[in-house]
Amino acid sequence: MSKVRVLVGTRKGAFILESDGKREKWEVSGPHFAGWEIYHVKGSPADPNRIYASQSSGWFGQVIQRSNDGGKTWEIPGGGPQPGPGGMPAGQSNKFAYDTSAETGKPLTTHQWYDGTQHPWEFKRVWHLEPSLTEPDTVYAGIEDAALFRSTDGGKSWHELAGLRGHGTGPKWQPGAGGMCLHTVILDPSDTDRIYIAISAAGAFRTDDGGQTWRPINHGLHSQYIPDPNAEVGHCVHHIAMHPSRPSVLFMQKHWDVMRSDDAGDSWKEVSGNLPTDFGFVIDVHAHEPETIYVVPIKSDGEHYPPEGKLRVYRSRTGGNEWEALTEGLPQSNCYVNVLRDAMAVDSLDSCGVYFGTTGGQVYSSADAGDSWSPIVHDLPAVLSVEVQTLP
Amino acid sequence: MIRVTLPPHLRTLAQVGWEVELEVEGRATQRSVLDTLEAQYPMLRGTIRDHVTHERRPFLRFFACEEDLSHESPDAPLPDAVASGAEPLVILGAIAGG
Repeated sequence: MSKVRVLVGTRKGAFILESDGKREKWEVSGPHFAGWEIYHVKGSPADPNRIYASQSSGWFGQVIQRSNDGGKTWEIPGGGPQPGPGGMPAGQSNKFAYDTSAETGKPLTTHQWYDGTQHPWEFKRVWHLEPSLTEPDTVYAGIEDAALFRSTDGGKSWHELAGLRGHGTGPKWQPGAGGMCLHTVILDPSDTDRIYIAISAAGAFRTDDGGQTWRPINHGLHSQYIPDPNAEVGHCVHHIAMHPSRPSVLFMQKHWDVMRSDDAGDSWKEVSGNLPTDFGFVIDVHAHEPETIYVVPIKSDGEHYPPEGKLRVYRSRTGGNEWEALTEGLPQSNCYVNVLRDAMAVDSLDSCGVYFGTTGGQVYSSADAGDSWSPIVHDLPAVLSVEVQTLP
Repeated sequence: MIRVTLPPHLRTLAQVGWEVELEVEGRATQRSVLDTLEAQYPMLRGTIRDHVTHERRPFLRFFACEEDLSHESPDAPLPDAVASGAEPLVILGAIAGG
């Protein structure tokens, strides 16, 4: 029987939740890396036992962790002394050095600071790890301050895809409330050269040549909170989702507005429709129905909790515009948690499972595509990310 | 032999106890001690000082013999008591909530 493994990153460690295909009884392991902020944990589609985790701390900086047995044991790639001459130097797995070399890099410019002045680029942490769809040792890292890195040796060493930061609009990028983070990395399953990324607050970008060159794909976004609401860059994109069967159709939860693109991001149109508020962080797509999408509306940018204290997932079966509230099993009074941008995921079992985590420490699951919900756990540290693996 | 005391999270990361003992070649300075520490425990690279600049991470401080050495030159000799192993070099995390 199939089973699912839910990978949860929290403010104080990682947790792994496992169940069989019924998704009724759960085994919980953790905390892994107790006391550290775990921004993201994600498994390799090519080898589900290979899992990467981003572990960070304001005191000690960044650590990359890797598991080869489905999260039972972990290692820091290249964390031990490396045997023999010529091996990758040890202790490089947390070295995210911007590429300023003349050969492959770009000069390290400045970006816009909160007050409008220019500020130097500084590495802070890895927000998102996106393993390759085909190579377990290849993984992308979206970092703060925004840049995209790639490892082809299982996380032992990292190299920046400097064409993104060198696009030329860097001085107009600015941090959102969470920092200037590259938080979304989407690999096109039909075209290995095409990658989408999103940055708060710069917007969405796409490469069609494997990461060498990038262009902003923000036409149609309208953000009244920036000086030029229709600017080429500067939009606070919160998350983007794609269904693998239709890689040119993208769904976006922006700071405000839920958006849709049917041309690989070349243009966007708003599909917020009848949502009670179109502010939010997460967005995801049903595993088997490419027009069924999910968001969790949050009251506003100033009040990061559900409107009316009711935690509601909204589902659209029409690719946006027409939304229904999903409330069964979710608290409908006095609920003031947030659901952060990487904290929703779907499994690919026949009856699609949907999962999300809250800043209140709950991880909710639905085994019936959102019709009903129940908490798998309800007292974890604040949840930063949720990913799901569907296992044979 | 030089003794170094690590904060709890770094002990967990390096899978060591309260204190590590290092054989440091040449004069004992912050730089030579940390170079030796990182060579012996590569997983600690980047967690105490920056990978590129080698500057001390801002929320960490270095103490020895009840003195704050955090702002000393990394090439300044450590106190004799540290160099002899009588006292440890203490790496502390700032009290900053969390």
